[in-house]
Amino acid sequence: MTDGGARFDLRNLLGGGSDIRTLAMLLVVLMGAFAVLLPGEFLRAATFQAMAFQLPELGLLALAMAVTMLTGGINLSIIATANMCGIVTAAILTRTVPGDVAVGAAGAGYILLAMTAGLVTSLLLGLLNGFIVAYLGVSPILATLGTMTLIDGIAVVLTKGRVISGFPRAVLAIGNGDVLGFPVPMVIFLTTALAVGVLLNRTPWGVSVYMIGSNQTATEFSGVRVRSVLMRVYMLSGILCGLASLVMISRFNSAKSGYAASYLLVTVLASVLGGVDPGGGFGRVPGLILALSILQVVSSGLNLLGVSSHLTVALWGGIIIFITSLNLLRSSRRLSKRSA
Amino acid sequence: MWRRLRTHPQRNEIFLSFIIAALSVYLGLATREFFSLENLLDVLLSYSFLGIMSAGMLVVLISGGIDISFTAIATVAQYTMSLIIINYGGNLLLAFLIAGAVGIFLGSVNGFLIHYLKVPAIIITIATLNVFYGLLIAVTKGRWIYAFPTWFYRVPSLFSFTTADGTEYAVTLPIVLLVAVFVSTAFLLRRTAVGRMLYALGGNQEAAVRMGYNILRLRLFVYCFMGLLAGVASVVQAEIVQTVAPNSIVGRELEVLAAVVLGGASITGGTGTLPGTVLGVSLVAMMHNGLTLMGVSSYWHQVFVGAVIVISVSVTAWSQRAGRGRHRVEIEV
Amino acid sequence: MDECILEMRHISKNFGGVQALKDVQFSLKRGEIHCLVGENGSGKSTLIKIISGVISPEPGAHIAIQGHHVAHLTPGESIARGIQVIYQDLSLFPNLTVAENIGGTRHLREGLLVNWRKVRSVATEAMTKIGVRLDPDRLVRDLSIADRQIVAICRALAFDAKLVIMDEPTASLTRTEVNALLEVVQDLQRKEITTLFVSHRLDEVIEIAQRVTILRDGEKVGVFPVDELDNQKLALLMTGKKISYARIAGPSDTGDVLLEVKGLSKESNYRDISFTLHRGEVLGIIGLLGSGRTELALSLFGMNPPDWGQVLLEGKPLSLRSNRDAIVSGIAYVPEDRIGQGLVMPQPVTDNVVVTVMKRLCGRLGLLDLQKRRDTATEWVQGLGIKIPSYEAPVQTLSGGNQQRVVLAKWMATEPRVLILDSPTVGIDVAAKSGIYDLIRKLASSGIGIILISDEVPEVLHNSHRVLIMRKGRIVETLDASQTTEKELSRKIHVA
Repeated sequence: MTDGGARFDLRNLLGGGSDIRTLAMLLVVLMGAFAVLLPGEFLRAATFQAMAFQLPELGLLALAMAVTMLTGGINLSIIATANMCGIVTAAILTRTVPGDVAVGAAGAGYILLAMTAGLVTSLLLGLLNGFIVAYLGVSPILATLGTMTLIDGIAVVLTKGRVISGFPRAVLAIGNGDVLGFPVPMVIFLTTALAVGVLLNRTPWGVSVYMIGSNQTATEFSGVRVRSVLMRVYMLSGILCGLASLVMISRFNSAKSGYAASYLLVTVLASVLGGVDPGGGFGRVPGLILALSILQVVSSGLNLLGVSSHLTVALWGGIIIFITSLNLLRSSRRLSKRSA
Repeated sequence: MWRRLRTHPQRNEIFLSFIIAALSVYLGLATREFFSLENLLDVLLSYSFLGIMSAGMLVVLISGGIDISFTAIATVAQYTMSLIIINYGGNLLLAFLIAGAVGIFLGSVNGFLIHYLKVPAIIITIATLNVFYGLLIAVTKGRWIYAFPTWFYRVPSLFSFTTADGTEYAVTLPIVLLVAVFVSTAFLLRRTAVGRMLYALGGNQEAAVRMGYNILRLRLFVYCFMGLLAGVASVVQAEIVQTVAPNSIVGRELEVLAAVVLGGASITGGTGTLPGTVLGVSLVAMMHNGLTLMGVSSYWHQVFVGAVIVISVSVTAWSQRAGRGRHRVEIEV
Repeated sequence: MDECILEMRHISKNFGGVQALKDVQFSLKRGEIHCLVGENGSGKSTLIKIISGVISPEPGAHIAIQGHHVAHLTPGESIARGIQVIYQDLSLFPNLTVAENIGGTRHLREGLLVNWRKVRSVATEAMTKIGVRLDPDRLVRDLSIADRQIVAICRALAFDAKLVIMDEPTASLTRTEVNALLEVVQDLQRKEITTLFVSHRLDEVIEIAQRVTILRDGEKVGVFPVDELDNQKLALLMTGKKISYARIAGPSDTGDVLLEVKGLSKESNYRDISFTLHRGEVLGIIGLLGSGRTELALSLFGMNPPDWGQVLLEGKPLSLRSNRDAIVSGIAYVPEDRIGQGLVMPQPVTDNVVVTVMKRLCGRLGLLDLQKRRDTATEWVQGLGIKIPSYEAPVQTLSGGNQQRVVLAKWMATEPRVLILDSPTVGIDVAAKSGIYDLIRKLASSGIGIILISDEVPEVLHNSHRVLIMRKGRIVETLDASQTTEKELSRKIHVA
């Protein structure tokens, strides 16, 4: 939304964000380091399986954040949205299907209903964000700051701050089961990521998202329905939160407001690390997946080393600062080479 | 009248004052306690922490930046201060000095990173939030601290008095500090060269560079000021709750941002005043207080606050959108 | 009067291998009004940046201000020695008041506290100096462009300027406002303050200037007294090429009526606009900024709905509620602001070309057919002779002329019947300009109706069949371009 002049910065000129090769290299180096530090412990199927169960939650939430950041926006309400969706799903589930029993056909129907209701909720919340951002013209950070507070508040009112738990076993399979050895959450995440990637790179909507991220006015002058594109961005973000919540509640076997609150800012970091330009217009799904893998490897590796999980969080922040300094260094060198 | 109000530089403050006045009248009529001195002092005390930090946030926003990491800075400052006074003794002044120094130091880290990495402040400070907080918890293992020296438990009050019916009232240090921070921040922003340069920087950074302002120094000042206030606020908070819990401050960063934005500060820089921020914080405080007094379950408070934020930012954006982008041509008749 | 206020010798500047300035000599006399003219990339902005201390020249340079040799010029030093630059964007603080913009910015460098009374008195004093009165308490954000310019000049005066440099000062002013500006500058001259105008064309300011310095490719072509120059000689000196302005061939209204505008009006924009556009015709609309020309163009493009009146395309009334209505009907619009509205600069050439026709490029499942996308981009990039490093290169890496061709390409891809060009050669080199003119003629001869909006007299006169003069929201006259001279047209638009 800023004026054209402000967009002429260095990072945009050079494509912005991180470089896929740097990320891949970093991932390999990290895995190598952990393999050496943890001989026989790190490079095991069990480690990777554990990672594959943990990554999808943050992954889906990071996708929800990243799609809004591509347009130069942000969605601070992703965690609130996910929890709301989880609460709706959980409330319907616990009221219709008794927990811990095998599920019949009617039960399966209720499970489907509960999940659909949850996803519809997240879609509607995305619609609300989209409306405020696209049609009322509120800056995304403020709009979603408001809806975050509001949605969280409603979730607290609905649950009185309590945990809703006790889901049927079939539901728990979503978070904990596997298909042919592949953890279900990972399957959900990769399928979703692929779908989002295709939407972004192979549809008119996706091209418009990148164009809007770089210059909303010029995109509108080209005849693109900017408002409707933005609206759909926030709706997609909502749905992605919904998917994240389904994975999350089935892994925890419970739903509550305030779950995963610490993920909010981490998703921004993951997006930027994955090459999403905070100013909008640049960033691709593969980069994001690489960034998430880096964060996950650091987290799992340090965990195996017995390091506090909080140090992991500190290290995540450190990695962002490291990568951005690296990018700055490289781009200034590239610039001097180009003009030479 | 309406047009003049719309172009008035202080329109936002005027508008907020109206809302707060109306809300006060309503709460005064609906509850007996609202206008009592006891309630007023209570609210002031419990919002002194948020208020002090909002003054820092205002300064950051005016300069065109943003800081998310100040809650982590406050926590680190609080911990450092506590460990030192518990292990080596000291006094309250020393406590503030230590916390303030830690805040300034961590703030300068933000300032340098933002200036040299040329990455949006929001990204840098989210990263440093994680770094500061993660390191702190990893080092301290997240232990709570209770065992303060006895002098720390006595919250000094500037003056106290007893009313005819025997109740004792005290204007305590946190309230005094809150007022002091508000007054000095207002002075900084309105009457000092640095304050005006911050408005200039937030209004047009390129022009500020051309004016020959030292951008690095201004940025350092802004983030150090935020850090300093975070440090001061952290001691105030420790005084009030009498414990240090590692997770009591982090997570409230967006709450502070919301109060300042409600007070009319622009997220894009250059706009915002201290009176506005005071009004914004007061509005949030009054809503919580009013709802409590009226017996509304605390579960509902956040819904109200959220609704007020959504409505306020929407109305502001809508009215700006309606006024902007109009082409005007003098037509020959 | 002949004393030198600024003396520069052996000024060279190298940007990573590109020689922006080559051993340039430049001097200004006290109290003169001087023009520095050159094309984009001729080195004039580099020279200005050296004068203002923002960048330093290569070693060996000699700079003397008011007779004092300055070894190392910094921005602070330059300001302290009385040099003030008014940039094209004015560099004001929109969030601050008039008083603070004028009186405050200097004040801030002189102490820790702000004396508001002094800020006001400095501001009032500066405004009185040139006899203007603006409300000191208004925010600069709420002022018109012309008033903002006044504020910028007043700020320069508040700094005790001996030399005021104005970068393209007239670009966004109406003629009346330009006249006011010229008066202010002449007033400065009487106070022995030197003014240096920087421009890429021979514009109105030349009327009051004494000397003109011309730069080309980083070298000084020469210094000329104003009365030795005219438009054609200047163009020759600036480009080193003889540019001939051939008039557009062919009669105008032989084609069928394509577009008909009847009594179009919009409050505070324009009133009672009626005209017809024929197939294959170039219809020039000439008017100054603020004449309502852009507002009218936006209305035809559906982005500024008119209050009343009718627009007929091939006899059928159009509903123009959004630019998508217009695009579907076959109307295309090349905006004046290429960077802000015309192109998405950081994004690839391909996407910028196909953005208008993406729906058409979808294959199965609504997915973009990458082959078709590439083919469309190739077709128009080649068809319009656009020079690009690669199809994935960001548009901002292209030259101005090639960028404008990309804008044309994205609209040609929609196969428009009416093409509206709003100041299509702003910020484009003279050589590249003639390339754009050739394109306009080629497109017209293929049967497209073209509306060419501009305030450059030769541009409109030589490339249009008919010319409408727009002033203060109305069309005041319609001329046959072949029967009109540049002088005549110029006089007609500038009638106050």
